[in-house]
Amino acid sequence: MILEFFEIFFTAGFWAATIRIACPLIFATLGEVICERSGVLNLGIEGIMSLGAMVGWMSVYLGADLYSGILIAALTGALFGLLHAIFTVYLGASQHVTGIGITMFASSVGFFSFKLILPSSTTPPKIIPFEKLEIPFLSEIPFLGEALFQHTPFTYLAFFSVIIIFWLLNSTPFGLSIKMAGENPMALEAQGIDVLLVRTVSVILGSSLMAIGGAYLTMSAFDAFYFGMINGRGWIAIALVIFAAWKPERALLGALLFAGLDAYQVRAQQLAGAFIPYQFFLMLPFFLSIVAMIIASKRTRYPKALLIPFRRGERH
Amino acid sequence: MINFRLEERENKSLRRQIISPFLAVFVALIISSLFILLAGVSPIDSFKELFIGSFGSRNAIAETLSRATPMILTGLAASIAFKARFWNIGAEGQLYAGALAVTFFGTGLVELPSFIMIPFLFLVGALAGGLLLLPLVLLKNYYKVDEVVTTLLTNFIVVLLVSYLLEGPWKDPMSLGWPQGASVIDQGVLPQILSRTRLHLGFIFSIFFAILIWIIISKHLIGYQIKAVGFNPSAANHSGVPVLKTIFIVALLSGGMAGMAGVTETAGLKGYLTLDLSPGFGYAGIAVAMLAALHPLGVIASGIFLASIYVGADAMSRSMNVPTYLADVIVAITVLCVLVSLIINQYKFRFLEQNK
Repeated sequence: MILEFFEIFFTAGFWAATIRIACPLIFATLGEVICERSGVLNLGIEGIMSLGAMVGWMSVYLGADLYSGILIAALTGALFGLLHAIFTVYLGASQHVTGIGITMFASSVGFFSFKLILPSSTTPPKIIPFEKLEIPFLSEIPFLGEALFQHTPFTYLAFFSVIIIFWLLNSTPFGLSIKMAGENPMALEAQGIDVLLVRTVSVILGSSLMAIGGAYLTMSAFDAFYFGMINGRGWIAIALVIFAAWKPERALLGALLFAGLDAYQVRAQQLAGAFIPYQFFLMLPFFLSIVAMIIASKRTRYPKALLIPFRRGERH
Repeated sequence: MINFRLEERENKSLRRQIISPFLAVFVALIISSLFILLAGVSPIDSFKELFIGSFGSRNAIAETLSRATPMILTGLAASIAFKARFWNIGAEGQLYAGALAVTFFGTGLVELPSFIMIPFLFLVGALAGGLLLLPLVLLKNYYKVDEVVTTLLTNFIVVLLVSYLLEGPWKDPMSLGWPQGASVIDQGVLPQILSRTRLHLGFIFSIFFAILIWIIISKHLIGYQIKAVGFNPSAANHSGVPVLKTIFIVALLSGGMAGMAGVTETAGLKGYLTLDLSPGFGYAGIAVAMLAALHPLGVIASGIFLASIYVGADAMSRSMNVPTYLADVIVAITVLCVLVSLIINQYKFRFLEQNK
């Protein structure tokens, strides 16, 4: 019996599921990392993911191809990111309340338009989602092939975006500007760079990544849109950002670790479901997020200017 | 790019502060009509239907007021917390904690005469909601764990706990189909206050607590301390305000109000606990509080107003074929418009000439 709980680790299916579950979290966490690195907390994440999931799916349902679906989701996310930035960056409104407002707005717009386009659908209609792209040769390696190289292109995109964001933040002048906007905006302004613009672009970029994370759920992980399918993933991503110490590479690690535990609990649930009610397994991700933040708390160092609106020509 | 600067207003006129929420609502309704136009129907007719659905008859008014009951309480929860800049986004979870307490104590474990039983249920509900927040306050204080995230995550944990209890040990054996808890005993049920409607005593309680919180905040030392902590915690600390103790009290009051929203729904509206007890009252409370500019008495009005949107939207969607989610759209846009009006109240826009 006990042995069976260990055997889970030796199935390629478990590792493949870990990677699948990690993808929306990777996109969302990267998105939030960029926002917060520039000094803006984006609590719109949960709603933007939900809207991205709806918009991406709906575009494909209405005839767009899958890649256009991702693009449309990203643009929708960007639009709500712009709205968030107008409020928090240009008007200096409370980032907490704006974020909650954006989450309410984005998710309600998503639900409203879903019902508007598909008024009476009891069983949610389906699309043909991304199919597995088996990487030649690599996918034939026993065990590793099935675990790592038999995923959809959308999955590979998630991992690729970690590299892009890592490069953006650490090796480009714009990445440096983002980090300075979040650490020392005065110094950035002194260099003649528009802090508000840098923050706005960061929030737009981050929000489109969040929307792509949502779209992954309806276009790669599943094939339909359900209300409430984001189910707290956005909030978990916010916890992961803290756990990842605002670094993209650690965000990847955190998302994988988290997804691994999630994939494990689903399988353990099948083994122990008779003794432990399923709700306790479902609680696990939320508990673990809190635990992860406690563990990270000793070395937690928030970006210095996070939550502080920057006003031009004003001394702080 | 438009270049402007925000300058702090010197005179913050009272008139502007009173007018601005009405203006914000007006603008929000105009923006929302774009969404009604998307549905291909007339916004004016839709708003008329919405108004009739929420205030057009004795029963409609009773429905609106009974929907407002939990929203006033969660609105108070958000007001108190936000005043201290303690970002309790966990009213949804605290509401369910209150409902769990009612189910635990109110379905037969304790039997008291009605006039003690009802206050007792409010007390245990409030304690359950408040106590749910306390560990999170400790985490914030000692581990610097952000309360926004922990309160949000706790919502999901509590709802799953309710789901487990309703499907398992607390399932009412008499209920068929949908899982629900045992019925609250007769002495604990909040009596109807308007015959042949669902309006119950909980509404009077919610008004009472709004007034009570207003008195506490405006007349009592703790009100001053809450504002001081919200304005600047370290300055408050230096001037001798016990910051941790203040936050504890804020958490107890805030969580308590949200917990009592669970009481009014369980012991008042439904009579038993269900998994769909709250269609997001906890989150709606944030909108209620913002529209009231965090003023406890304003929460009564804004709670009734936003409840009327939800109740009216149900009726409107039946007659006009506009999805009920329009209500959520209106509420969300209202929050954003209120944010803009708060900025306008506080700052002047000074447009600068482009010199580049």
